Amino acid sequence: MSSTSAPTTASDDPPITFYRLQGCPYCERVARLLNEFDLEYQSRFVEPMHSDRNVVKRVAGVRTVPVVVDENTGITMAESANIVEYLESTYGDGATATDGGEV
Amino acid sequence: MPDFEVVDLGPADNPEAGDEAPDFTRPLVTDEYWENRSLSELVAEHGRTIVVFTPMTGSFLAKYVWDELAERGWDEKAHVVGVTASTPYGVKRFLEDNEYPFTVFADPAADVARDYGIDHDLDGMAGITEPRPAVFAVGEDLTVEDAWVGTDWPDFPDYDDLEERFGLE
Repeated sequence: MSSTSAPTTASDDPPITFYRLQGCPYCERVARLLNEFDLEYQSRFVEPMHSDRNVVKRVAGVRTVPVVVDENTGITMAESANIVEYLESTYGDGATATDGGEV
Repeated sequence: MPDFEVVDLGPADNPEAGDEAPDFTRPLVTDEYWENRSLSELVAEHGRTIVVFTPMTGSFLAKYVWDELAERGWDEKAHVVGVTASTPYGVKRFLEDNEYPFTVFADPAADVARDYGIDHDLDGMAGITEPRPAVFAVGEDLTVEDAWVGTDWPDFPDYDDLEERFGLE
């Protein structure tokens, strides 16, 4: 249960962790894109109460969702518009990223 | 003579020592978030695991069991995980309100309880099935090392006996 209980090297965990909120349209937008690019990800559903989202604050420095942690590239990102842009440029057609773009 | 009834639930159809523990994937709930995990993943990460089934988290049965295990510090002696027929939100609130040092699988439809042969229909309450109180020690190869399943309603484990059997003293 401790925040240290999730080893980053866990054998078959997907490299992308997606912090999301149930029924959040901004999160769904990210989910749609992750699926469209066929990316394996692990969803973590967090607390509706903004003030209770300590895990997101710890991971990303904000209490907003969505947040994506991508171990392929070492990137942690908040804000759906930023995430969408990141996913498109890293995994989309004409991806510009050179590291971790192909998995 | 007490004037209350302890109901006999009859024998369960659970896996016994030496049987393979049915693997399952359900949202594993912490006090901060929930995500899909499987029993086999947890066993691979933590080794031998004590799996504790309780009725729904609103019940005194669930609270009494987890209070007792927290007080006895089972979390310091073994990897302990719960399974209950509550929603992830319900489980999360339960863990938060009580500050339990455990994680619990949310199995609202009680399919896992059914797979373990310990489902209980709560006297026919429409649409509700939940686990009987039950405790399984699951070894690293996912083999059941030992099991206790409640046969009365209500029923609680003999914690001292389980600690001795599971080597948790």
